[in-house]
Formats: sequence, C-alpha cells, structure tokens
Amino acid sequence: MIHVSATPVLALRGVSKRFGAVQALTNVHLEIHAGEVVALVGDNGAGKSTLVKTISGVHPIDDGALVWEGRPVRVNRPQDAQNLGVATVYQDLALCDNLDVVANLFLGSELKHGPVLDEIGMEKRAKELLDTLSIRIPSVRIPVAALSGGQRQVVAIARALVGDPKVVILDEPTAALGVEQTAQVLDLVERLRERGHAVILISHNMADVQAVADRVAVLRLGRNNGVFDVAGTSHEEIIAAITGATDNAVTRRNARTSNGGGEAEAGGADGTFTKGDAK
Amino acid sequence: MSDLTKKPAPDSENAESVGKEPRAAEASAAPVPAVDPRLLVREQGLKGYWTEFSRKIRGGELGSLPVVIGLIVIAIVFQAQNDKFLSASSLTNIAVFTSGLGIMAVGIVFVLLLGEIDLSVGSVAGMGAAVWAVLNVSNGWGDWPSVLVAVLCGLAIGALHGFFFAKIGVPAFVVTLAGFLGWSGLQIWLMGNEGSINAPSGGVVESLTGYFFEDKAAAYGLALIAIVGYAASLLLDTKRRKSTGLPARPVSEIVLRTGVVAVLVLAAAYVLNELPGSRGLPLALVLFLAVLVIADFVARRTTFGRQVFAVGGSSEAARRAGINVDRIRITVFAISGMLAAFGGLFIASLSGGATKNLGAGNTLMLVIAAAVIGGTSLFGGRGKVWSALLGMLVLQAIQQGLNLLGMASEIQFMITGAVLLAAVVIDSVSRRTQKTAGRA
Repeated sequence: MIHVSATPVLALRGVSKRFGAVQALTNVHLEIHAGEVVALVGDNGAGKSTLVKTISGVHPIDDGALVWEGRPVRVNRPQDAQNLGVATVYQDLALCDNLDVVANLFLGSELKHGPVLDEIGMEKRAKELLDTLSIRIPSVRIPVAALSGGQRQVVAIARALVGDPKVVILDEPTAALGVEQTAQVLDLVERLRERGHAVILISHNMADVQAVADRVAVLRLGRNNGVFDVAGTSHEEIIAAITGATDNAVTRRNARTSNGGGEAEAGGADGTFTKGDAK
Repeated sequence: MSDLTKKPAPDSENAESVGKEPRAAEASAAPVPAVDPRLLVREQGLKGYWTEFSRKIRGGELGSLPVVIGLIVIAIVFQAQNDKFLSASSLTNIAVFTSGLGIMAVGIVFVLLLGEIDLSVGSVAGMGAAVWAVLNVSNGWGDWPSVLVAVLCGLAIGALHGFFFAKIGVPAFVVTLAGFLGWSGLQIWLMGNEGSINAPSGGVVESLTGYFFEDKAAAYGLALIAIVGYAASLLLDTKRRKSTGLPARPVSEIVLRTGVVAVLVLAAAYVLNELPGSRGLPLALVLFLAVLVIADFVARRTTFGRQVFAVGGSSEAARRAGINVDRIRITVFAISGMLAAFGGLFIASLSGGATKNLGAGNTLMLVIAAAVIGGTSLFGGRGKVWSALLGMLVLQAIQQGLNLLGMASEIQFMITGAVLLAAVVIDSVSRRTQKTAGRA
C-alpha cells in the first residue's frame, strides 16, 4: 500500500558531511519511495536541514552516495537536484512579494514565445495546477504580498510542482501556520502522495507527522536513530528516539509491564492503554 | 441616560450572534464554492471599473494618479500666471527638454526597480558627450561612429559599476558615487584645454534636438499608429484570453482605455502641429518615445524584465529560483550607463556642444527625481518605465513655467526640491497604506 515501487526513487547510502571541525552528518541512510511521505524529525542541530541541503544540492556530500532510481548520482549544485527532479520548499518560502502568483509560480522557468513571456499560457497552467491541488486563492493575478501565510505556503508548494518533480522536500511547512492553514497544507501533502510524488517532510510537530507521514526517519546528532512506520509506533517512541532518552517515564512503564512475569496479560492491556492515551 | 442607551447594545449583539450560529453551521455544511467568497470580484461594465478603481485608490495603489493631477494643477497655475505657458513654443520646449533627461530617467527606473541607485548618471552623460565631441570634432571621426562609441562607453562604464556592485559586493551607492567623481574628472581631462566643443551644425547630434518633422502627417501619423497599436494589443490579448477561457477585459474597458489614450496623443499631436508658431513633431520626442516603448516592452513582457522585478522584490528568492542575479545586476547598470551617455548627447545638442561641466549641477537630481515623481518606488520591485516620462514632464513643466515667470534658478531649485519631497512622501505613505491594505 505504501511502497508503490520496489526501487526507492531516492536513497542515501552512508552520507557524511563535515563543516570544518563539525561532523554534521555521519553515515546517514535514508530511502524514499514514490507515493510515500517520509517525515524527517530530530532536535535542533540534529542535521535535518543539512541532510535536506545535501539532497537539494546546496551542500555537496563528503562521503557516501546519493542513489537516484537505482543509479548513483552526484548533486553538486541546486540545478543538479532540479534536473533530477527534486524540488525544495524552504522554510522562508522564497517568494517575491511584489510579483503576482503566476509570476512566482513560474519564476526561473517562465513559458515563452521566443523572447516574449507567454502570460496567457502561464496563467492557464497556473490555474490548472492550483485546481488539481484544490488550492483556493482569491486570484492568480494579485501580488503574493496580499496573500495570507497559509496561502503563501500553498503557493510555495505549488511552485515546487511546476516542473513536475519526483521528490518534493518540505522544510517546516506548517511552522508558522494556524489551525485551518495547517490542515490545508497537510491535505496538500496527502494530495502530493496521491499524485505519486515522494515527499520528505521536516517537522517538529508530531501531530502533523502522525497525521500524514507513512514513515518517520529520526536523526540524532547527525546519525540515523531509527526509522519507524507511523502506523505501528507511538508518539513516545518517536520522542524517545529524537531525544535519545531511553530512560524516561514511558520506557520505564513499558519495561515494568513487560517484566510483569505472571501478569503478562494485564501488562499487555496496560501497554495498549498507554498507546491509546498517547493519541 | 447614556447608561440606558449603552446597555441594550451588547444584548442585541448577543441576540444577533445567537441567531447567527445555526446559519454559520449551515454555511460550513454547504459545499465549498470554487471561488473564495471573501474575494472582491470586479463587476462587469464601467461601474465595476469605477468601484475597482476607487478601491485601489483607497488601498494606496495610487499609480500615476498623483502625477496626472499634478500636471493638471501645474498647467492651470502657470497658465493663470502667464498665458504663454500653453503656447506652441513653450510646450515644444517642454517636449524637447523632457526627452534627453527622460531617456536618462528610463535607465534610473531600471536601477530603482532593482532597489538600487545610480548616482553617476550625470557624470556618465557628461563623459559620453565629451567622448563624442573629442572624437567627432577634434579627431574628425564620422558622426555615427563617434555617437556609437560614446554610447558604448556609457554601456561599458555602467557594466563596470555593475561588476563592482554585483561581483565584489560594494554597495551600489558607493560604487556610483566613486563613478560620479571619477567620470566627471575623466570628462574634464578629455576636454583638455577646450572649455567647450561646439556641435557642428547639421550634424547628427545637433539634429537630435534641433530637427522637427514639419510635415503635419508625421505627428498625426504617429498618433494614429499609437492609438491603433494600443487598441490592437488590447483586443488581441482579450481574444487570446477568451479563447483559452481566462477572464478577459470587458469591451467597455478597452473602449475607455483606448479613448483616453486617443484623446491624449491626438491632443499632443494637435499642439505640435496646429498651434500658432508650432514647428511640428520634434525628433527628440520620437526618440524618447521609442526608448520608452522598447524599455516598457522589455520590462513587462520579457524574461529579463521579469527577473529584474524578481531581484528587486527579493534577491534571495530570485537566486533560489535559478536566476543569475549577478548577471541581471550588471546588465541593469549597463543599461543605465548606456542611456545616460545617450541622454548626454541630447544635453550637448541642447546646449550647443560638449562642455566641461555638462551633466554636472542638478542633472543627476532631476533624473532621479523624475523616476520617483513618476511613481517608481525607491524600495525596489515596484514601478513603471512610463514614470520616466510623467516625472520628467512634471519637472520640465515647472522649470518652463518658472522660466516664463522670470524666476531665478535658486527659486527653481527650491521648488523642484519641494516637488521631489512631495513625491517621496506620497511614495512612502502609499506604501504604508498598501501594507495596511495587505498589498505590500
């Protein structure tokens, strides 16, 4: 159901990245399949952004390999990643406030008749794109400055899709949004999955992660700290992996119940209760 | 008494909100409409046009309105003081004087769109004129090669400014300030012992501002071409939009816009052709209009223009979108330098030749002021090429009017300064209004 294809569209094999004396990433593995949402979580400084930047070509990797659809590739510049089919939506959105929605969607990849901009073609495609994503904004011809935060976020995501990428990276897409806008963006992430895009979602918000992600990859201090299927994992297990805390209330309770010996039945019941409580 | 009248108010509000609740629930249950219901959709026809216009004004999108009103006020005030203000020779003067400085202002508009400033245009204009004069007059080069080399010198100087700004990272303000001093020094050095070099009569540079198309067909023909071209481009756009199912301009709006343009250009052509003492269509105006039309096309219809606006709006967003920001910056400064040198030739033509202090004085200030008065924002990313024309018309009309009244140049400086300040105040205030209206 989750794994649409056997070969991951993008795989990171033993990726390492150093900045001077800082080992930002050490031997990181990650696989993303088409039609799958992988959440990338970790504390501040865990290396999430660095990992994303290695994929999107901002920082070339030092060791390891990026494998694209089964063959190793080099990604040294943002253009390399774009050419492969990786689109990144940065946390600060990188929209031009003074340009209208159409101009922003096609910035850097304008449709043209010779040297002249094909405004009508761009407007038509912009409307189609926004319609297929069920994005509702007042007009495609108003400056982005006039949009709300949530609308800007969906415009930024739609912009990533103009080139029909295979992998979409969303860096904290809901961090600055209210309840309704967050719901809109999460809906949009699910539509991306339905359309067969592979999505890497960075988020600090566990509720968002559990709502839309298929798998959760945890980074801790620049290393892999577990990949979990969202369906069978509790909130606490992920938090524990993020913080590295193996000794906390949850693990203690789990340990106590599993050591219960003769009261195994009751312990199991207790365990399920914990999971239900977490939700 | 006041207590009594106040108290019922919250109650009635409560009652209202209670009454609203079921309705709100109904609304959320209803299917979501395709168009955001909060969106203000323009009504069809002229009434819709008017309501949208008034909404824009209230939202701070003043556009060219302050300038147009300013021009009308200037015309009325000066005509009341001196009835020669709206005479053929006075209006022709305004047109000719507007052209050279206006061409320089077009370059400044591009620089301002980037959110930068070019302080060197006056010196570059003077240097361009000096290069032309030395080559053409002192060294006996042909008219066209010397003009071409002068303009290319401006282009190279602008590209050099752009290089230091974009690649080295020196603020444009400082680079062009250095250029302001340096190039005027080179200008004086080039002129050598000559205090001034006169433009040969009948030469290309002399005819830049001295030639008039006396045949009445020229002005009327150009006006007709402008009207037909404008209407055709609007109609073509509407037709293509309709065929792809996009919202298009209503016919009433096309008629209205074309009508306004037709009245303006026909009035201008009439003034240039028919008023007693008129000399016909000045070549300078034709060249200025050509520069405006080309620059406007580049700014609004080409990838390059779009990228200039993008860099002016957010250079980081532009860079991440794959735009070569450095290339855009260097190109824009090169355009500014090229148009400055070209404009310098017009100034030389008007003053009878190149001088050591051509382009010094208030040339730079007039050019920058024109772009800002015309409505191009100093903050980057917002503006129109046509603001060069509107702003320079305002400044030259004031100068012409004050000349007719026999005002001393120091008074003119003060008044020009006040107009510039007023324009920047309007820019800043309208920007603030736009922010509160969610448009900036």
